[in-house]
Amino acid sequence: MNKIVDKIFFSENVVKLVIESPDIARNRKPGHFVIVKTGKKGERIPLTIAGADPEKGTINLVIQIVGVTSHKIASLEVGDEITDISGPLGKATEIEKVGTVLAAAGGVGTAPLLPIIEAMKKAGNRVITVLAARNKDLIILEDEVRKHSDEVIIMTDDGSYGKQGLVTHGMEEVIKNEKIDLSIAIGPAIMMKFASLLTKKYDIKTVVSLNTIMVDGTGMCGACRITVGGKTKFVCVDGPEFDAHKVDFDEMLMRLSGFKEQEAAAYKKYIAELS
Amino acid sequence: MENLKDFYKKERAEEWRAEIRKNIKTKERTLLERIKMPAQDPDVRNHNRIEVNLGLDEKLAMEEAQRCIDCPNPTCISGCPVGIFIPKFIKKIEIGDFLGAAKVIKETNSLPAVCGRVCPQEKQCEANCFYTIQLQKPPVAIGFLERFAADYERDSGQMAIPEAGEKNGIKVAAIGSGPASLAWATDMARFGYDVTVFEALHELGGVLKYGIPGFRLPNEIVDIEINNLKEMGVKFVTNFVVGRTATIDELRERGFEAFFVASGAGLPRFMNIPGENYTGIFSSNEYLTRINLMGATLDGYDTPVTLGDNVAVIGGGNTAMDSVRTAKRLGAKRAMIIYRRTREEMPARVEEVEHAIEEGIEFMNLNNPVKYIGDNNGRVKKMLLQKMELGEPDASGRRRPIPIEGSEYEVDVDVVIVAVGVSPNPLIPSSVKGLKTTKWGTIKVNDDFQSSIEDIFAGGDIVRGGATVILAMGDGRNAAVGMDKYIKNKIKK
Ligand SMILES: Cc1cc2nc3c(=O)[nH]c(=O)nc-3n(C[C@H](O)[C@H](O)[C@H](O)COP(=O)(O)OP(=O)(O)OC[C@H]3O[C@@H](n4cnc5c(N)ncnc54)[C@H](O)[C@@H]3O)c2cc1C
Ligand SMILES: Cc1cc2nc3c(=O)[nH]c(=O)nc-3n(C[C@H](O)[C@H](O)[C@H](O)COP(=O)(O)OP(=O)(O)OC[C@H]3O[C@@H](n4cnc5c(N)ncnc54)[C@H](O)[C@@H]3O)c2cc1C
Ligand code: SF4
Ligand code: FES
Repeated sequence: MNKIVDKIFFSENVVKLVIESPDIARNRKPGHFVIVKTGKKGERIPLTIAGADPEKGTINLVIQIVGVTSHKIASLEVGDEITDISGPLGKATEIEKVGTVLAAAGGVGTAPLLPIIEAMKKAGNRVITVLAARNKDLIILEDEVRKHSDEVIIMTDDGSYGKQGLVTHGMEEVIKNEKIDLSIAIGPAIMMKFASLLTKKYDIKTVVSLNTIMVDGTGMCGACRITVGGKTKFVCVDGPEFDAHKVDFDEMLMRLSGFKEQEAAAYKKYIAELS
Repeated sequence: MENLKDFYKKERAEEWRAEIRKNIKTKERTLLERIKMPAQDPDVRNHNRIEVNLGLDEKLAMEEAQRCIDCPNPTCISGCPVGIFIPKFIKKIEIGDFLGAAKVIKETNSLPAVCGRVCPQEKQCEANCFYTIQLQKPPVAIGFLERFAADYERDSGQMAIPEAGEKNGIKVAAIGSGPASLAWATDMARFGYDVTVFEALHELGGVLKYGIPGFRLPNEIVDIEINNLKEMGVKFVTNFVVGRTATIDELRERGFEAFFVASGAGLPRFMNIPGENYTGIFSSNEYLTRINLMGATLDGYDTPVTLGDNVAVIGGGNTAMDSVRTAKRLGAKRAMIIYRRTREEMPARVEEVEHAIEEGIEFMNLNNPVKYIGDNNGRVKKMLLQKMELGEPDASGRRRPIPIEGSEYEVDVDVVIVAVGVSPNPLIPSSVKGLKTTKWGTIKVNDDFQSSIEDIFAGGDIVRGGATVILAMGDGRNAAVGMDKYIKNKIKK
């Protein structure tokens, strides 16, 4: 069960795992995520399904190492089994032909974005993708993204690859050049907040995929709750995708830091014990 | 009903029981005092996670059993949702046949060690005991005796595992692994079915595991029951979210002939007051799940939870009591219950309220939060409470709480736990076309616990809304009978 059959490092801190999970591989759609737990005493964390092969019965996860659990999962090797995987969870992305789609990814956000642009392209849309990261090493999945996009713009903070600047600079350039019917932005909360502010200025409908803290992922706990359009929503069952212009990003940023001190202390201890 | 009464009469007339009744005069029996449950000292137990009640020893149990006068009309039974043969098992205890007592209970209740600990006896059997009704004296301690018999049987190493019936090869499935499902699975295995239980979480047991804390119901007790089911051949599949991992349609294709939906009432309600999304504010489900299911605060476990000196729990039910007593155990200096009515109206088990008081929990009744105030980082630091008074009775017969204008005041808090109720889990209803639900989102069923779709049965909290363990179990058993009838009819056709 849940055997890792392939593992590829995209960069020092970003790894792709291919995992045997036939039921999930068969039923997942773009936008879905899984909850993963490793070890008896492990934590449950949400990870987007970044692709699947229903025939082989495998799913792909792309993990960025940010703390104890992501580190533990990324440290597993081919042949190891992941203790618990449950899903596919969340609502699938609404895929339809709208015209021109501007997709934007920040860092590891490229992984969850990939199945969405693939489906958007298949549905007959023109897809323009902006990939942004701090530097060249953190730009991932570029070839796959190119395969499913009509145009790709790469932005790095330090200018080590593509153009220098933030994701929003790349997006604005596109918006100024052609009519955009829908924008999709996935990445760190702060990146989605600014992408959303930008598209709001131009009145472009925008979808974001929220990565709040979760526990069960089935609507049972409310850890993932967030205010959308003035109402409390549970990201795991009502989302994870929402109308960006209705999301209270400041609240989301605040809730993401809910366990900050504990997480940092736990990670420090964990790393110390490793070495 | 009549023939049940005749049955009780016949059983009561059996020689062994008549014999016991003669041993002590009824009058003398009624003069005996109700025994007290031995318990850990409140100031010790509010710092540990071990079970509060220690259980009766043989002597205490036999002593208490003598109080039961073996009534000709055992009114206690009518208060029990599954109709345990109460006087019969108590008389077995009186003569020291403890394994016999356990066997009697298990004829109608498959999880006595659980029910003996968590049933609201004061509203059920014990409320209807002759002592309560006729003598205005403390009732026979039926719950303590039930727990005693079950624990005795388990510790004896001679736990009777129900025998699986002759295999008929027909595949049936339950969705969820809470008490409704466990009771259903026991009976379906007895009837000879090939039983599979699908559970969304990584652990089995439903609320018994993730909700009710170990100081009231140790996990081992639930695990032993689940292991017995495994020995009967019941298959359990964790991390399987029916409707997501596979739909009911797909499971039909895989050969399942009928389904029992026991997915519970797992969705937490919030009050939708300003500031409720500050960090440090949890639903009781999140708080208890982090601690009970995920092991937060235990050595080596990765899941975090927020600790603090001032912890406020909003609500007056079992969930609120469990949360506040957990917070106290995790070191809260001030652990408060905020409830908008008086103590009398609190829906929690009376024993839990008494235990909470002994443990130093502060009860702030006739208070209701109206707003939370956070610091610059969005962490809750104060709550604004409004005082309440009781007005006219509402539809539920309880007096309606009315806010007192201008009575608002602030209280410092580090952690707030919202325990104001749950709603049915919508996952199954929303993933099955044509499944009829009520306006509260519960699944509609007939007397056989069959839903609007003929091969789907349902019971427990998904049918009743938030109810009790024993009602969920009773539903499970009735649904098993209904499902068996349905499948046999289908085969005949
Ligand atoms: C629906 C959904 C899909 C996701 N998909 C992916 C994915 O495909 N790949 C991936 O790498 N991550 C994904 N995430 C984020 C991932 O769940 C978190 O990075 C993970 O929980 C961190 O756990 P940890 O124990 O390693 O770090 P922690 O110790 O929990 O956190 C370390 C640091 O990361 C920050 N952090 C914690 N949780 C999150 C979060 N949810 N989002 C952003 N930062 C966080 C904390 O503020 C902290 O500073 C997703 C989240 C959601 C809700
Ligand atoms: C903290 C707390 C304390 C309580 N204390 C008491 C008490 O003292 N006495 C008492 O009598 N009652 C008590 N109750 C109530 C009692 O626990 C419930 O009434 C009872 O557990 C309901 O049983 P159930 O089998 O219907 O559902 P649950 O026990 O809720 O189990 C449902 C299970 O179904 C799973 N599930 C849901 N959807 C799916 C799906 N799509 N696929 C697979 N699995 C799924 C869930 O993960 C869960 O494990 C308490 C409840 C709580 C929360
Ligand atoms: S009503 Fe009370 S005294 Fe009478 S049989 Fe039941 S438990 Fe015994
Ligand atoms: S993660 Fe628990 S409700 Fe969303």
